[in-house]
Amino acid sequence: MRVIISKIRHRTPSFISLSVFWLSSFALLLSTTEPGLAQSSYADHQYTSEDIEAGSRVYIAECALCHRRNGSGVDGVDLRLGQFRRPLSDNDLREVITTGIANGRMPGIDLRQDELDGIVAYIRAGFDPSGVAVRVGDAASGQMLFEGEGECSTCHRVNGEGPYLAPDLSDIGVIRTPAALQRTLLEPSSALLPINRPVRAVTRDGETIRGRRLNEDTYTVQMIDAEQRLRSLVKADLVEYEVSETPTMEPTTLSSDEIADLIGYLLTLGGLS
Amino acid sequence: MKMLQSALLIFLVLAGLWPPSQLIGQVSYDRILSAANEPENWLTYNGTYSSQRYSGLRQITPSNVDDLELKWMLQNQVFGAWQSNPIVVDGIMYVTERPNDVMAVDAVTGRVFWLYRHTPTEDARVCCGANNRGVAVLDDKVFMGTLDAHLIAIDATNGQPLWNVEVGDENLGYSITMAPLVVKDKVMVGVGGGEFGIRGFVVAYDADTGEEAWRFYTIPGPGEPGHDTWSGDDWEHGGAPVWITGSYDPELNLTYWGVGNPGPDWNADQRPGDNLYSDAVVALDADTGELQWYFQFTPNDGYDYDSVQVPILADMDWNGVPSKLMLWANRNGYFYVLDRVTGEFLSGTPFVKVNWSSGLDENGRPIPTPQPPGSPTWPGNQGGTNWYPPSYSPRTGLFYVSAWEDYATIYEKEEAEYQPGRMFLGGGFTVLTPVPGAPTIGIGRTSPINNWTDEVGRGAVLALDPHTGEAKWRFEQFDVSDSGMLTTASDLLFTGGREGYFHALDARTGELLWKASLGGQIVMAPITYMMNGEQYVSVISGHTLVTFGLRD
Repeated sequence: MRVIISKIRHRTPSFISLSVFWLSSFALLLSTTEPGLAQSSYADHQYTSEDIEAGSRVYIAECALCHRRNGSGVDGVDLRLGQFRRPLSDNDLREVITTGIANGRMPGIDLRQDELDGIVAYIRAGFDPSGVAVRVGDAASGQMLFEGEGECSTCHRVNGEGPYLAPDLSDIGVIRTPAALQRTLLEPSSALLPINRPVRAVTRDGETIRGRRLNEDTYTVQMIDAEQRLRSLVKADLVEYEVSETPTMEPTTLSSDEIADLIGYLLTLGGLS
Repeated sequence: MKMLQSALLIFLVLAGLWPPSQLIGQVSYDRILSAANEPENWLTYNGTYSSQRYSGLRQITPSNVDDLELKWMLQNQVFGAWQSNPIVVDGIMYVTERPNDVMAVDAVTGRVFWLYRHTPTEDARVCCGANNRGVAVLDDKVFMGTLDAHLIAIDATNGQPLWNVEVGDENLGYSITMAPLVVKDKVMVGVGGGEFGIRGFVVAYDADTGEEAWRFYTIPGPGEPGHDTWSGDDWEHGGAPVWITGSYDPELNLTYWGVGNPGPDWNADQRPGDNLYSDAVVALDADTGELQWYFQFTPNDGYDYDSVQVPILADMDWNGVPSKLMLWANRNGYFYVLDRVTGEFLSGTPFVKVNWSSGLDENGRPIPTPQPPGSPTWPGNQGGTNWYPPSYSPRTGLFYVSAWEDYATIYEKEEAEYQPGRMFLGGGFTVLTPVPGAPTIGIGRTSPINNWTDEVGRGAVLALDPHTGEAKWRFEQFDVSDSGMLTTASDLLFTGGREGYFHALDARTGELLWKASLGGQIVMAPITYMMNGEQYVSVISGHTLVTFGLRD
């Protein structure tokens, strides 16, 4: 067992600034109102806190008898966690509430429009009166945006189709909440998981390799490069190695309705069942 | 190499060190007292009573360390972190594996002579895994504490149990994960259970019979000094466990023990007072268990800053006066130097980022700066360092420790009701991450992919100068490390980490001299020993005990 001696010490060049950056984004999280950094853009996409508050009262009066206060009273459904028997857009939810479902086991309820919006907001906020209720739109429209104007499919792969450049989204609907999806779309730099940060490496013989990080340790890094090849690099063989805090993905320019639709589509992605 | 081995053997014979004067496999108290004089063995958890994890062996050197090769591996047949520290006596290695197996292993080939299996009752409960960190040996016996809080004496020759005593009630959350400490004719052990509302203690038994000799409660009862640092009946279930092996100074006849966190862990408001002797070091008379002195690192702790680090005993000049010192890098982020005769505080310096306190006063008492609710606290819940043993080399004069850097957590406290044998936590914590919902560092590593990254925290070996508390050098790792340290008389430092790399560093400069990728987390410390003139270095990585030696 002969092991090569290595003496390099590369560090993420932007580490300090990253820490500061992250603290600021953390402060945002703590605020119970809207995040300040993107106040206007966020506000457009959400129900108001008054909607959520009103919805909590209607929920307790109309829904809690069967669904229970914590939303888990019906098998296969957890309203607080956003788990339904099938993906539901906000309009689907309104439809179910007003007309009933499951052969009358859930009866339709006659509500005013603001009461109906309130219940949807309360559910989308995870039963948290101080939370953020993300609108969930039409999945079919969302899929068209994903593959078209939204330019998502130029980097992301879904169910065996598309490139490997960005993380595969085939099961994103079960591993991310609507709020996390919205955050990624509006402000990718505050949502990009550290492991997925873009890396740039220059080898001793001058090759520049860019790609997405898959794994890293003290001496090596594993990545998928721009040519979509799996690469494993030994840091001691590199003359430059950088991890960028800036995601490849830009904040979306889609409208708030389109974003709601896109989130509706992403929530349908449940991976192999 | 053969020449060198022969020369060494001749040297050992001339020095009266070889063959050992006692029966092979008989570990008298005198041998343990003088363990530093027979570096070919590793007779206690930390090598010697002073717990320096410094070996006098010097066959493996900075110039030939590149010739290390694999000699043997022993595969663990059970799952979970393997935190055991082997002991080596005259060519036989005694090592434990989960939950409470002891194996006697040929230290040259890795083949097993016998295995003793104690199956703990299903009522046993531990906070953080079914760990066991090793055994102690005395004369013809091996001693192991168990997850269900028993202490068992085992025949070192055939693995048969000789006596078995109940140390604590497992139904109340008492457990033993530490390796016992043997002093004179007694075997001593402490209990875990700081997350279950126990009342901690250290207890000593007659090594021959298992008869209890003394018991020291780490929370004073009514009428005892320090009882007034607790309110109401909090003392009855205030935690203060002892789950790491202590040290011993034979001249002072004092044993030293690090004490763990008070309970409930995170709601300090619920237990007003300093909560002695939680998060303290206690100096106990080896014959009577009587308290000689204490020093509390973190009064009224709300961060789970167990002071269960190994007390390292070192003798050196302090302000020009030859002194008996204790060196201690604490989970709370400060590195301390204490006078181990009196317990006097000599110095304290942060070795990682600290914001729960703005400093220490002249008596070493922290000046608390609690962070607002929802704000991060440095160091985080697992601490600036933790239970894994550091090392001190008298040759370099440096103290070596695994530190967790840029790691913080956000604490939440809530009222907890004590229920016997149930978790008694008083809140919880979340690890600070760069973006919401990102993966975080756990108590152990559970994936070969590091998806939390160095932005959540990273490891460093620090070489601290005891006189200044400053790091003379640092060796950074991308992931955090729970690996202990081993130094040798050839100025090598061996250590590992969660990434599964095993490193040999120059103990003077921190330069990486050699490494091997062993592929599983290293969550204990390496040991070294010599057999038939050949020096070996053993370390546990993942589910494998790996032993290296120089190429034949």
